[in-house]
Amino acid sequence: MVTTSATAPLTPVLADDVAAYLKRRSRWSPLEVVFWIFAFASIWLFPDKYLILKDTAILALFALSLDLILGYAGIISLGQAAFFGIAGYFSGLVAKYGLINEPVIALVCSGVVAAALGFVTSFLVLRGSDLTRLMVTLGVSLMLGEVANRYASITGGADGLQGVDIAPVLGRWSFDLYGHNGYVYCLIVLFVCFVIARRIVYSPFGLSLRSLKGNALRAAAIGIPVKWRLVAIYTVSAGFAGIAGALLTQTTAFCSLDVFSLERSADLLLVLIIGGTGYLYGGLIGAVIYKFLQDWIATLTPQYWQFWIGLVLVVIVLVGRERVEGWIAAARGSVARLGDRLWTRIRPRSAALGGAADGD
Amino acid sequence: MPILETIGLEKRFGGILAAANVNLSVKKGARHALIGPNGAGKTTVINLLTGVLRPTAGRIMLEGRDITDAAPHERVRLGMARTFQINQLFLDLTPLESIGLVVSERLGTGADWWRVVGSKPAVTDEIVEVVERFRLTDVMHERTAILPYGKQRLLEIALAFACRPRVLLLDEPAAGVPEAERHELLATIEALPAEVTVLLIEHDMDLVFSFADRISVLVNGALFVDGAPEDVARDPRVKAVYLGEELDA
Ligand SMILES: Nc1ncnc2c1ncn2[C@@H]1O[C@H](COP(=O)(O)OP(=O)(O)O)[C@@H](O)[C@H]1O
Ligand SMILES: [Mg+2]
Repeated sequence: MVTTSATAPLTPVLADDVAAYLKRRSRWSPLEVVFWIFAFASIWLFPDKYLILKDTAILALFALSLDLILGYAGIISLGQAAFFGIAGYFSGLVAKYGLINEPVIALVCSGVVAAALGFVTSFLVLRGSDLTRLMVTLGVSLMLGEVANRYASITGGADGLQGVDIAPVLGRWSFDLYGHNGYVYCLIVLFVCFVIARRIVYSPFGLSLRSLKGNALRAAAIGIPVKWRLVAIYTVSAGFAGIAGALLTQTTAFCSLDVFSLERSADLLLVLIIGGTGYLYGGLIGAVIYKFLQDWIATLTPQYWQFWIGLVLVVIVLVGRERVEGWIAAARGSVARLGDRLWTRIRPRSAALGGAADGD
Repeated sequence: MPILETIGLEKRFGGILAAANVNLSVKKGARHALIGPNGAGKTTVINLLTGVLRPTAGRIMLEGRDITDAAPHERVRLGMARTFQINQLFLDLTPLESIGLVVSERLGTGADWWRVVGSKPAVTDEIVEVVERFRLTDVMHERTAILPYGKQRLLEIALAFACRPRVLLLDEPAAGVPEAERHELLATIEALPAEVTVLLIEHDMDLVFSFADRISVLVNGALFVDGAPEDVARDPRVKAVYLGEELDA
């Protein structure tokens, strides 16, 4: 029998180290702080760009919702528009009929409605391959779009929801013509949602999502209820998508059937392809690049901007990705080599053996 | 009463009968080895026990409770954890994060979405204990993907151990580990707490006979011999199997 350190008393320094290290993972990096300072500075820096900035903030929040399921739980979806749309209509209807007048309360309620739809439909995407998930999520949003079209007496059908009157936010700030308040409102909501999302991904729950994305078999084998974790994040993601949809309705005082469109969900994948997934900022950065690229190309060639967006997409996916992945692999390689070298310094013997067995 | 018991356990893959009427009985606190040639169905039995596979017939009892229909994660909560013959690790996480994940999960904070990982002293204390027991201290901050194979193998066991199982199933824990890293691994297996019941699948007969107090031999999906190590070692049929001779079982 060999005795181990297990019977020895715990090393208090190590326990503190572990706690400190785990907490440090979630600390805001300077780069993040700069990002948000710049985001809020945009309110004063670009007063003539409020409209596109506002759309960007909404798209960013929408993309963040997809990143939560795609980047953290590995669920691909072409149906985020279902949640965006249902909350868009819900917030429009409650404002139109004066059911919930205060926009912030209406926003939260819209998010809850979308989350409820997310919860119910989550069971459809639990099982199945990526392709199944794409089709099921797409199908759900198409069906909802058709339902909204069918009940035109409520939704306004193809003409869109008219006569929506949005009360001032918190009874004080009304949505002005220049879009200043609208943008500030969207930006604050985006920030609050981002902080919540960030909190989630650094929590034990968030860690369990990353683990089941990496290896669902093992996640279940260490006691994680994989199914319920997926249901939970899908629900949260739907709620975020809903809040984005409600923001659009509230800031435009209008809602039309295109909130359910396939294009809207597809744009989202584009945004995440541009910005990357699994680090929360992908949706935000992707949305900024996508919106400004769209804006810039549209001023160059108003008619054919989609051609250029398409081209950019193809280039990113075919050329960029491999190159980017190449860079990442190279960076990882050098970090690993550095690690090995340090390892060799510290433990010459085990390093030699470790290298040999690495290929297994 | 055995802590773990199977009754007429059977698994068919199409035409292959990978487990045929297996009646396995593991005593509390046992060091039980399950041996048999490649393809005998050992991993299949572990997969059935842990719920990765559903049996086509038979029952599984854990501490007298029928767990045949329990989901894999529920069996972990009921006190049974396993390792995999081929590493199943979270390659993008560090050993610290992986073990932290298991410990959080076990202490019931796994669904906690507001607190940061590691903010609970109970969790960190336990992480430290597991990290030290499995000699992962010096690599705990590395990405799992770049660890030496021996360390990965230790982590494989550490993740199962961190579930604090009363029954621990080890599927060829030493497989593929180079000779020089082997000692460390075997030492940690030997030092597993006595109160944890261990069911070990292993090909290395030296390890099996030094470790086990009971041995079951599986051949072609069926339990073939079951007994104390001395008896199994003497059994001519077992010798025949391990010498690769023809069987008329
Ligand atoms: N998922 C599966 N599908 C089909 N056949 C399988 C599957 N898993 C195992 N088998 C078959 O079952 C038999 C037993 O395999 P296994 O349990 O892995 O054996 P052991 O672990 O004893 O080497 C083999 O013939 C194998 O090919
Ligand atoms: Mg096997």
